[in-house]
Amino acid sequence: MTRQRILAMFWPVLFGAVFLGLWETFVVTRDIKPYLLPKPSAIWGQFHGNFTLIRKSTRVTATNAFIGLFLGVAGGALVALVANRFRLLRELVMPLAISVAAVPIIVLVAIFNNLFSITSEVPRRLMVTLIVFFVVFLNVSKGLTQSDPTQLELMRSYGASQSTIIRKVRVPNALAYLFIALRQVAPLAVVTAFVSEYFGGTQNGLGARITQSIASSRDAAGWAYVLAACILGLVFFGVAIAIECVVAPRRSRRLS
Amino acid sequence: MTEIAVPTGQVGAAAAAVEARGAAMTFNAGRPNEVIALAPIDLTVAPGELVSLIGPSGCGKSTLLRLIANLLEPTDGSLLINGKPASQARLDGDYGMAFQQAGLFDWRTVSRNIELPLEIKGWDRARRRARALEMLELVRLCDFADHHPWELSGGMQQRVAIARALSFEPKLLLMDEPFGALDEMTREHMQTELGRIRAATGAAVIFVTHSIPEAVFLSDRVAVMSARPGHIEAVIDVALGERTELTRGDPLFFKHVTEVREALRAGHGVGGGMEDR
Repeated sequence: MTRQRILAMFWPVLFGAVFLGLWETFVVTRDIKPYLLPKPSAIWGQFHGNFTLIRKSTRVTATNAFIGLFLGVAGGALVALVANRFRLLRELVMPLAISVAAVPIIVLVAIFNNLFSITSEVPRRLMVTLIVFFVVFLNVSKGLTQSDPTQLELMRSYGASQSTIIRKVRVPNALAYLFIALRQVAPLAVVTAFVSEYFGGTQNGLGARITQSIASSRDAAGWAYVLAACILGLVFFGVAIAIECVVAPRRSRRLS
Repeated sequence: MTEIAVPTGQVGAAAAAVEARGAAMTFNAGRPNEVIALAPIDLTVAPGELVSLIGPSGCGKSTLLRLIANLLEPTDGSLLINGKPASQARLDGDYGMAFQQAGLFDWRTVSRNIELPLEIKGWDRARRRARALEMLELVRLCDFADHHPWELSGGMQQRVAIARALSFEPKLLLMDEPFGALDEMTREHMQTELGRIRAATGAAVIFVTHSIPEAVFLSDRVAVMSARPGHIEAVIDVALGERTELTRGDPLFFKHVTEVREALRAGHGVGGGMEDR
């Protein structure tokens, strides 16, 4: 790691450390009750002590998020590709995709829960898939239609067929937009999987554990699960960025 | 309408690079927003000749270039490229094109950008790569084959675009203000480079520009265009011989610049909208 990057990390890390220190001091000196705000050290203690259970619950939520994310990204990209060719399909899916962005469709989980057996993980995965699907669909559709006019004219001047233009210009261009979408939906998948657990079904994921811990006055344990959820979200985000850097390092520079 | 004769020595030796006979373009014909972009145009460009199209915005010079490129179909008249219909010439790769935007694909390396038209024309990998390197030598960018376009300056990107346009050895190069977005120094350098590349390839060039000195410096002939509807107002022969940096200070050069400027003024009353650089 270069000297510059260490310096760049210095201030955020310092800020985090000072923040935690102030929090700890505040709770101790003001004698704040744990059900209002537990000490960071107590949360860390719970995180450490309950690590096996936290890891298990994290795995449940992470699996749901990952499966939903994978299906949503694959489905969204695929449907966008097909819809780009067939106008009717585009006109059917586009308004849906746009309205979904404005509606808290997460509540659909309650309905999915009734559709599947009580022990099934399918409703949460389906919910994640749906939310991811529309975000990816919108972005990839945009990428497919917004090619550089100069590049399109050039391709025509070479006598390239429509399918060649899609393969050599539109798809590579849409790939950049797919990565933008991925950055957005990777953490979103975790949040969705997590929140979906609040609507019933099996109580074995991170979201459910938080409710259980708080309900049984084990507040610091609840916060430990929150910490795990934060880490999970960051891991998903980090992996999305890493994939982008490996597959398309130049695009992140161009568009971010 | 201006008739431009082919120099007699060229007739029969080879088909004209471009032969427009009454080529006209009307957009939205018959509708309220009908626009006559080009009145019937006659223009003949000899093999190896460089003809500039100059005129104010809206005079149809880019439209004429797109008709020649068969990116637009003329609403009237005919166009022959190397003696073939324009649509056939496009499919045969008879011409290369370069625009104001270099239009490089930034997910491809410089070399793979130059290979793109060859890929479409079905060349095999080794031959493509060999040609790309040859072309990079021509535009003096050998060291940048495996760089990405965003690592190059504007002038270098434009040189890659020209290399790409010439990669399949077309006999005709169509250029739409290719140096318009470059700074003055780079622009003059690119003009000299174009002269050198043309001497090396023998390609005919149609060069759309806003700049009078650029047109005079580069061209064998300058076609001055006017708007409403777009037509060729005058064609000026430029007899400057071989161009060097000294040409830019040649009194004859300034005489031609003045000649073109006056033709532009005659075309629409004022010399407005033109660049005096």
